[in-house]
Formats: sequence, C-alpha cells, structure tokens
Amino acid sequence: MTDRLQSPLARGLLACAAVVAVLVVADAALHDIFAQNPFGAPRPAPSAEPEAGGVIGWLLAKQSEFYRQMSSTIRAAKSDGSAVWTLLAISFAYGIFHAAGPGHGKAVIASYLVANRETARRGIALSFASALMQSLVAILIVGVSAWLLNATAKTMCKAEGAIEIASYALIALFGLRLVWVKGGSFIRALQAVQPVPALAGVPHHHHGHDQHDHAHHHHEAHDHHGHDHGHHDHGHGHGHHHHGHDHVHDEHCGHSHGPAPSELAGPGGWRRGLAAILTVGIRPCSGAILVLVFALAQGLFWAGIAATFLMGLGTAITVAAIAIIAVSARDVARRLSAGRDGGGALFMRGIEFGAAGLVLLFGTGLLLGYIAAERTTCF
Amino acid sequence: MRALFAIVLAAGLSLAAGAARAHPHVWITATSELLYAPDGSITGVRHAWTFDDMFSAYAVQGLEAKTKGAYTREELGPLAQTNVESLKEYAYFTFARADGKKERFQEPVDYYLDYKDAVLTLHFTLPLKSPVRSRQLVLEVFDRSFFIDFQMAKDNPVRLVGAPAGCQMKLDRPSDGSATAQKLNEQTFLNGENSNFGLMFANKITVDCP
Repeated sequence: MTDRLQSPLARGLLACAAVVAVLVVADAALHDIFAQNPFGAPRPAPSAEPEAGGVIGWLLAKQSEFYRQMSSTIRAAKSDGSAVWTLLAISFAYGIFHAAGPGHGKAVIASYLVANRETARRGIALSFASALMQSLVAILIVGVSAWLLNATAKTMCKAEGAIEIASYALIALFGLRLVWVKGGSFIRALQAVQPVPALAGVPHHHHGHDQHDHAHHHHEAHDHHGHDHGHHDHGHGHGHHHHGHDHVHDEHCGHSHGPAPSELAGPGGWRRGLAAILTVGIRPCSGAILVLVFALAQGLFWAGIAATFLMGLGTAITVAAIAIIAVSARDVARRLSAGRDGGGALFMRGIEFGAAGLVLLFGTGLLLGYIAAERTTCF
Repeated sequence: MRALFAIVLAAGLSLAAGAARAHPHVWITATSELLYAPDGSITGVRHAWTFDDMFSAYAVQGLEAKTKGAYTREELGPLAQTNVESLKEYAYFTFARADGKKERFQEPVDYYLDYKDAVLTLHFTLPLKSPVRSRQLVLEVFDRSFFIDFQMAKDNPVRLVGAPAGCQMKLDRPSDGSATAQKLNEQTFLNGENSNFGLMFANKITVDCP
C-alpha cells in the first residue's frame, strides 16, 4: 500500500522537477540560439570579450548596443525623418533580446501555461497581449505624468515604484490562486491512487453528499483543464474500480472532457487569460520609459511611442517562443504519462501543481526582494 | 523530497540567470581624483560622473529652468541632493581597500550637478571615514547589479592630488585583458562578497606608494 502511494508521488514530483528543468534549459537554449545567430551576425570569439562571460556577455553587449543606438537615432530623427525607420528596427531587435528582463513575465507566462493546461495558441496570444499591455502602461505613465502634468523624474519614479510593487503582489496573488486550484486537484489525484479501505463501508447517502460537493468543486476546476483524452479513457476504467471505496477519486479527471476549443477562445477563456495579461503586463520596462522621456524631450514623443510598441513586439516574439516550448514540454510529459496506470493523472496534476507553485514563488520572491528584478530608474 | 528540492533549486537557478541577464540602462563616464593630506595619507575621493544623454533627459524632466534647455547649478540643486541620497544605498559604487583592508566612506560633501551639451555631470567628494596611509590603495568603481555601466574617461581618468612623490597609479579598465586576470585572482582568493557579476565590469585603480 505504501509502495503504491509512494511511487506515483515520487514519479509526480520527479516529473515536476523534469519539466522545470526543461523550462530552464529551453530558456537558456533559446538565448543561445538567439545569441549565436541573430540575423546572421557572427558570434565574436570568446577572447574578444573575456570579462563578460561568453553568451551572457555577448547578449549584454548586444542589448546595450541596440539600446545605446536609440538615443542617437532619436536625435537624428529630429532632422532626418528616415532615421525613424532605423529607430523602429533597433527597437524591435532590442525587444527580442531584452525579453529576459522586465518583470520576469516570460517565466510567469510559461509557468501559468503549464499549470493551466493552456494551448500553444493561447500562449502566443497571451505573450502578445501582455507585451502590448506593457507598452501601453509605459506610454500611459510617461504620457500622463511627463507630457500632460510635466512631472519630475522623481514623481515618475514613485509611480513606477508603486506599479512595480502592485505587479509583484499581483503575480503572488495569481500564483496563490493557481496553487489553491491546482493543489486541490493534485491532492484529489493523490487520494485517487491511494486506496482508502476505511471508507469502503460508508453509507450510500453519505456518498451522494460527497459527490455533490465534489461536483461543485469539479466545476470550478473544470475550466482550467485542457482536452485530455488519455486521462479520459484511463479515468473511466479506474473510476469504476474505485467507486465503492471513495469519492475523492479523480472523478473530474475521468469525466472531464475539458473545455472545447471554442470555449477557450470564447469570452470566458479570455477573462481567464486577462488575469495573466494584467499580472505580467502591468509592469513597464525601465528602458521603454527612458526612451519615451528622451523622445519627449526631443519633441518626438510619437517616435518614442512607435519605438515602444516595436520593443513590445520584439519582446512578444521571444516570450511566445518560450511559451511554445513550455507547452510542448508539458504535452510530451502528458503523452508519456498517459499510458501509465494510476500514476498518469497524478503525474500531470503534480506538474501543474509545481508550475503553479513556481508562479507563487516568483511573485513572493519579487515582492520580498529576494529576486533582483530590473531596477527602476530612481536615482 | 529530493525531487522537491530539485524543483526549488531549478527555480532558483532560473531566477539567478534572469537577474544576471539585466543590462545597463545608465552609462556614466567617470573621472576620479584621489585626495591626499600633506602627511601622505589619503583622505577621500572626488568623483565627476557624466551621465549619458538619455538618462540626463530623464533626470531633468519637469525641472524648472529660467532659460529653456539650460539648467543652472542652483536649479539642479534639489536633483543633486536626491542623487547623492540615493547613491548611499549603493555605497556610492565606490569600494576602497588600503593594503587589503576595506575602507569606508562618509556621506558625500561638496556635491553639485552641471548641465552642459545636454548631459548632466554629478560632482561629489567622498571623504574616507578615517584617512589612511597605505603602501597600496585599490579603488574600484562599479555597479554590482550592472544597471549602471561605469567607464573611466578616455583622457585623464584618474588624478592624484597632493600624493607623495614616487606614487604610481595604474588603471585597469573592464575591457582590458590584464584586468580580467587580476579580477580572476581576486575572485579566487578573496571572500564571496566580491565574487559577483558586476565585478566583471569594475574599473580598478591601484596606487602604489613607496
């Protein structure tokens, strides 16, 4: 009995670790790909920049280069309109490279997608929507405080700081909610693989009550579940087996067909996604704010706005690529676990639970200052 | 349990990697003067830090000026005050060691901002808590989080003011290959506090006196 409990549990946890590791490696690998071949540019020999440490150093140098070119390009655009096109191209490239930075949005989105069984398509949509929101927030901050109110940098900085804290709190809350929901299904999955003989003689009416309660719960969790045929089949067989023993069983797993694709795209689906977009997109990038204020000072605020949107587009592409990798990794894990008896459901619930925990970890870490986020420009 | 530990570890690693991928948003071109007392002890450091044009535009946003686009020292007074106050949190990005012993600085004095050619220059003096006579003084200027990229000026980056005769100054810039070797040595032999990412970009001034 203990064996049956422990081995799926261990497998589940191991799977969590595996997926997280895949995420981390994929993230790093993606950076390597970008680093090695961005628009065909050769990678400088390590000896060229030994102090900056290989790929990371090169990335830093590239980002800095694009970023530094922005101010001179905006200046040039004052007299030469065609420089605006250069500015847009630089901003776009900068956005692609910089996606690792602001608010760790990339990590939060990837974890959210894994936890919530989202599709790759929704992952892409989320990446673009949150990047767009990030751009809009930056434009709004500078537009209202600097352009309309002519506030000082100090005031702007305070606004940035407040938004920053709010965004971290949002990530933590969002993670907490995910952990709550996913923890529930994880525990139910755990109890499902653990036979509970003591409950065998529970009277029937009690059953009914349990089931009712459960069904209610089930509905809540329901819209977080993707289409899952593997579990469906397995759940059925299993479900009958366990029926007499306990009703904490992975009932929703067996009977859940998950939301239909049309449902996902519908307004309900978007409301769910909106929380993620808000959470990730509310914190603007310090770089965008600096560029906007500089453009404003040069009398070319509109060019700054255009540059900010292009930065957002570049960021969205990188984040979307990472989102696709995260979703694919999870799908591979699901396919591998689908054929297994008993442990399969637990396996996936464990992964989701782990990913949910990661979002919570990010939020609290950022909020409490354990994670060094990109510093705001208060100075 | 071990798997759980692995999760936490992996998460931690990914976070650390994320933080390390930050890149500078502010560039400072610095010149520094090392101030000596008549008895040959070093009393402090006087910095002049010129910000890049983007940050300068950001910093003067919304400030009142009698003539548009020209800010006087007085008009920039409150901003200079804010700057030196904020710098305290970062230990003024200035780290001194006299014969290997860590030296501390007092709060800055004689600080002001200049605005010329659309860029700001922050001038300030950092007095040492206690003036020190040493055979070797090592001064490093860098931001450990690398939000600010410090570069020593091309011409006359470091000046020794009133130093005893025979003192030799050496500057290791971050882009200098020899500096890397030095830093690696330091990272290997010193305690953990210096083995961080920003150190890679440190400007290291070494003064050897007889």
